[in-house]
Amino acid sequence: MTIAIEVADLQKTFSGKRTVRALDGVSFAVESGTVFGLLGPNGSGKTTAVRVLTTILQADGGRASVLGHDVRKEAALVRSLIGLAGQYAAVDENLTGRENLRMVGNLNHLERSFVAARAQELLDQFNLADAADRPLKTYSGGMRRRLDLAAALVARPTVLFLDEPTTGLDPQSRNDLWEVIEGLVGDGTTVLLTTQYLEEADRLASTLAVIDKGRVIAEGTPTSMKASLGATVLEVGLHSIDDARRTGAILDALGPHQALVSGTLVEVTVDDGPRAAMAGLRNLDAESITPATFNLREPSLDDVFLSLTGHRTEDTTPGNDAEDGAKRSRRRRKRIEEVEDALPIATGELA
Amino acid sequence: MTTATIDAPAQPSTPSGGLGSRLHWLASDTVTLTRRNLLAVTRIPEALFFSTVQPIMFVLLFRYVFGGAINTGTDYVNYLMPGIFVQTVAFGAVSTSIGLAEDLQKGLIERFRALPMSRGAVLLGRTTADLIRNIFTIIIMTVVGILVGFRPTTGVLAYLAAVGLILLFAYALSWGFAVIGLTAPNSETAQVMSFPLLFPLTFVSSAFVPVASMPSWLQGFATYQPVSVTVSACRSLMIGAQAANTGHPTSYWVVQTLAWTAVLLIALIPLAIHRYRTRT
Repeated sequence: MTIAIEVADLQKTFSGKRTVRALDGVSFAVESGTVFGLLGPNGSGKTTAVRVLTTILQADGGRASVLGHDVRKEAALVRSLIGLAGQYAAVDENLTGRENLRMVGNLNHLERSFVAARAQELLDQFNLADAADRPLKTYSGGMRRRLDLAAALVARPTVLFLDEPTTGLDPQSRNDLWEVIEGLVGDGTTVLLTTQYLEEADRLASTLAVIDKGRVIAEGTPTSMKASLGATVLEVGLHSIDDARRTGAILDALGPHQALVSGTLVEVTVDDGPRAAMAGLRNLDAESITPATFNLREPSLDDVFLSLTGHRTEDTTPGNDAEDGAKRSRRRRKRIEEVEDALPIATGELA
Repeated sequence: MTTATIDAPAQPSTPSGGLGSRLHWLASDTVTLTRRNLLAVTRIPEALFFSTVQPIMFVLLFRYVFGGAINTGTDYVNYLMPGIFVQTVAFGAVSTSIGLAEDLQKGLIERFRALPMSRGAVLLGRTTADLIRNIFTIIIMTVVGILVGFRPTTGVLAYLAAVGLILLFAYALSWGFAVIGLTAPNSETAQVMSFPLLFPLTFVSSAFVPVASMPSWLQGFATYQPVSVTVSACRSLMIGAQAANTGHPTSYWVVQTLAWTAVLLIALIPLAIHRYRTRT
């Protein structure tokens, strides 16, 4: 197999007001022409790893190479081979879509005539042709992300880095963007994707690494990871703590995974959602327990974490990548939006 | 383990060329980013409009409200306008710091760093765009000055020489404000950090009142600090050394202005580049 991206024992410590070990010996390899997903919560080191690989930041130790070129010693060459899009690599609000693409093309030192044609091609491809000559201020969040991705593709990079490409987007825009990214892989581009969404990693990536506190804690295909986790999460809210405790015991019996009781909420991962839901309700009814809420949902990153590390993702964000406060609050806002997005999906169904 | 071999994309040049090609790309990237910065100015016409409103208010305030009480030994509007020009470009230099702080904040510089472009072009493009904006500002302020009675007496060439000095001085200031923009955590702070510097420089100066009217302990600073020196040079060039009444010939101030500008550029350019490199 041919390796497009190789990272070995990467170390990076930010020393500011608080010393944060953003990368604590990260290692992974990405096969050429595949999508590799780096899955982890905020502050796990995903963005730092991408910044090192895209030559923006220098690591303190370890090695990183792209297409066989060291990102530190051959930084200039690496920059001409890669594209970067994502949460922090922005586009210019005051310019139009076309002007943004042309600017990036010119800064890539491409022929002017090529840049003009390529910009038009990308605008058509990403369904932005109608908005091409409008300033970005008038774009929706989804359009902006598509343009951001287009900007990363102007120079036809061989390796593409997507840093949380859909964070903060509504489900429809997220879906549109996923389709675009899937199209790229068909062209043979190698993609490194970071994400907080298990669903996104599952849909796009052929190989996954779960990263926590600057270390890779699990690696494999999305299928193997989900198999170890269970396909669906059954979530039951009760009226009293006592009911919750009894429900925990009842749902435990569904197997093979253990139920988790926290307060009046009981969660259990199951392999066959509908069947487990029916069995669970029957058994609860037999014990005369009436749930306050009853939901079936896809396992989230949180569930992956819980099963891999025994702690929830919220516990793992001491330094938030040691980024500055503005970025941090922006991230937090995005996280809140994303929770709000998830709400209507989580409730409903089994009323 | 083998490494992927790749088909080279449509790249006319790799960035690893000699000095000649590096300078070529530095110039080309600077043009690209200067154009981008100027386009942004035209996209927010309100900002451009309000950036000229403030200096016009200063002209009206000093010309018609305070001016009558200030004795300069010459027609006050002629004394005032060279000071207004320098004050306007000095205040305008804040936009260098705001622009860079915004680019950092929004993540544009993050994208630039991952592109195979010249490293120096971000700072050069920003300061060059601000230089061009200053040319526009000075044209507007000249028209405003003439409307309120400003009458330069020394001819077109001397006037243009004065404008050239103002632009040069403003360019040096831009690099100072670039350092602030690269240091501040966000654009609002960059703006707030700029004013404690600007106020003493523009008001404890010979821009609006004769230095002789200030307490003696303040006169040394007020006469020889860079804004004052530039104002004195421009006033001497625009209305003649006699009317400017500084007690020195025009060349005295012109040489000092050039010296200050050189000192500022030599000190500030490496500092700004260092801040740009180390800011993560």
